[in-house]
Amino acid sequence: MSATKSAEPVDEERRDFLYIATGAMAAVGTAALAWPFIDQMNPDASTRALASIDVDISLIEPGQAITVKWRGKPVFIRNRTDKEVEEARATPLEDLKDQGAENENLPAGSPATDVNRSAGEGKENWIVMIGSCTHLGCVPVGVAGNFGGWFCPCHGSHYDTAGRIRQGPAPRNLEIPVYEFTSDTTITIG
Amino acid sequence: MSASHSTYNPQNGFMKWLDARLPLPRLIYDSFVAYPVPRNLNGWYTFGGILSLMLVSQILTGVVLAMHYVANSAMAFQSVEHIMRDVNYGWLMRRMHANGASMFFVAVYIHMFRGMYYGSYKNPREVLWILGVIIFLLMMATAFMGYVLPWGQMSFWGATVITGFFSAIPWVGDSIQALLLGGFAVENPTLNRFYSLHYLLPFMIAGVVILHVWALHVTGQTNPTGVEVKNIKKETVPFTPYATIKDALALIIFFMVFGWFVFYLPDYLGHADNYIPADPLKTPTHIVPEWYFLPFYAILRAITFNISIPFTDVVLIDSKLGGVIAMFASIAILAFLPWLDTSKVRSANYRPLYRQFFWIFAIVCILLGWLGSKPAEGIYPLLSLIFTIYYFAHFLVILPVLGWVEKPKKMPASIADAVLTEEKTAPSNVAAQPAE
Repeated sequence: MSATKSAEPVDEERRDFLYIATGAMAAVGTAALAWPFIDQMNPDASTRALASIDVDISLIEPGQAITVKWRGKPVFIRNRTDKEVEEARATPLEDLKDQGAENENLPAGSPATDVNRSAGEGKENWIVMIGSCTHLGCVPVGVAGNFGGWFCPCHGSHYDTAGRIRQGPAPRNLEIPVYEFTSDTTITIG
Repeated sequence: MSASHSTYNPQNGFMKWLDARLPLPRLIYDSFVAYPVPRNLNGWYTFGGILSLMLVSQILTGVVLAMHYVANSAMAFQSVEHIMRDVNYGWLMRRMHANGASMFFVAVYIHMFRGMYYGSYKNPREVLWILGVIIFLLMMATAFMGYVLPWGQMSFWGATVITGFFSAIPWVGDSIQALLLGGFAVENPTLNRFYSLHYLLPFMIAGVVILHVWALHVTGQTNPTGVEVKNIKKETVPFTPYATIKDALALIIFFMVFGWFVFYLPDYLGHADNYIPADPLKTPTHIVPEWYFLPFYAILRAITFNISIPFTDVVLIDSKLGGVIAMFASIAILAFLPWLDTSKVRSANYRPLYRQFFWIFAIVCILLGWLGSKPAEGIYPLLSLIFTIYYFAHFLVILPVLGWVEKPKKMPASIADAVLTEEKTAPSNVAAQPAE
C-alpha cells in the first residue's frame, strides 16, 4: 500500500561502505573456509607418522637385494657386486641424463658419482633407493635393462647399477631417501 | 528452429493448472516431442540418444554396486569378488557397469568422429562442441577413478602412473601429488577419495549434458549436408515420433552389442592382471590402460627426450613433463577445433580433400591406440612419436591450410533441394550425393 511513498535521499557513502565491507568479509570468509576443505586431502597424521623403519641387512649377500616398504613405497636395498660397482664408476658424468646425486643424505647439487649414490666410502657396495621410477612411479625391475641396473617396464626407463637414469622418459636418478647405518647390519630409513 | 513458438496444449484441468505453476510438461513437450529435427539425419546422429541412455545405465548399475562395495584397501578387492559371487545378480550388475564404461566410450568416439566428419562444431555450434569436450574430460576422469576401485594390480598401478602426471609439474608437482593421493603413494586414502569422486562426477556429467542439449536446441541440429534448415515445414520432422523411433532402433541394436559383451565376452575388454590384488611392491611387467585411453597413452610415451635451449644444456621441458603436456594438449586441442578448421563448408561430403584427411586422421588415432597397447621398446616409441606429430599436425597445419586451398564441391541450396531432388531423380541415376 505504501510502496509509492517518495524515496528518501540515498546515503551513497553508507551504501558503498556496506557493499565493500560485506564483499570483503565474504571473500575472506570464503577463503578461510576453503582451506580446510583443501587441506583435508593432504596426508593425514597417521600417514605422516609412519616416518622411519629399521631394516636388518645381515643376510643380504653380494649380488642380492631386498625390497622393503617405507611410506607406502618400495625401497631397494642392494648389496652390489664388485663388477657392478666398477661398471658404475667407469661411467663418465657427461653420459648421465641427470648429473645430480639425488641423495637426501648429501648437500643438494652433489654430482652423481658412484660413491655419492652408494652408502659412502667403505660401504660402496650398498645402495639404498626408493624403488619408484622417477617417471610415473612404477617399480623398476632389478638386474635388467640395457645397463644391468634397473628397468622400468611401464614406459621403458633404463637405470644403471648405481640407479642413475640412462635411457628412456624418466627425468631423474632413482631417489635416495634419508637413511643411516645404525650398526653394521642395520639401517634406519627415514 | 530455435526458441520456436510453443505448440504445447494442456489436455486436461490438472495439466492446465500445473502449466500455470511449473511448465515442466511444456518444456519436455517442446524439447522432445514437437522439437523439429532435420529430415535427412542418418544413423550416425543417433549416438547422442544412445549416450544419454548409457549414462542412465551406468548411474543405475553404479548406485546398486555401491550398496555392496567396500572402499577400503583391505577389503575392496574382496568386496568386488563378493559382488561377483554372493550378491544376487551382482555378477550382472558389475559386468554391465564395467562393460558399460567401454560401450560409453565406443558411443562417444563415434559421436565425436561424426561431429568431425560433418563439421558439427562450426559456427554457431562452438559452445555446444566445447561442452562436449568437457563431458569427454569428465568421462575420462570418472572412468579412470572407477577402474581404481576394484583394487587389482592394474587399478593400483594405473592410479600410480596417472597421479604421477601431476608430479611432472615444476616446483609444486610433488605437493600436488601428495594432496591428490592423501599420502606419499597410492594407499587407502586415495581409494576413499576416488570412490567419493567416482560417485560425484556422473552427476556433474548429467549437468553438463543438460547444457549440451540446451545448446543443441538453441542452434538446432546439423545434418549430413551441413546446410542450415531454411524452411521448417519442408525440411524438418517432429522429434516424436520420427527421431525417437530412429534413436530407439539404434539403441536396441547398440544394446544387443552391449549385451553380447556382457554375456559372452565379459572380460574381453579388461585385463587379467586386475584379478590379482593390488601389490605396492610389484609392478605388472606390462601396464596398459583401458582400451579407450590407449591413443592418449601412446602420445604420453612418445616424448622420450628433453627439450633444451639449442646448443646449451639448459633443459626447458624434461621428457616427463613433455609427455604429460603432449597428452593433455591432445585433448585440449579439440576445444579449439571450431577455430582451427578454417573452411566455411561444414560437411565432409562437399569437401573432397578434407574427407580424405578425415579418414587418415581416424586411422592415425587407431594406430596410436594400437601403439599404446605395445611395450615401450624397439620401434614402437619412434612410431608413436611420428603419429603423435601427425595428430597435432592434423589440427595445427592440415585443417587451417585446407580451408584455404580446398575447392569445395557444389552444395545444395537447401536440405529440401538435396533430399527432394534426390528422391525425384533417384531412378535416373543422377550423381546426387547420398546422405550416407
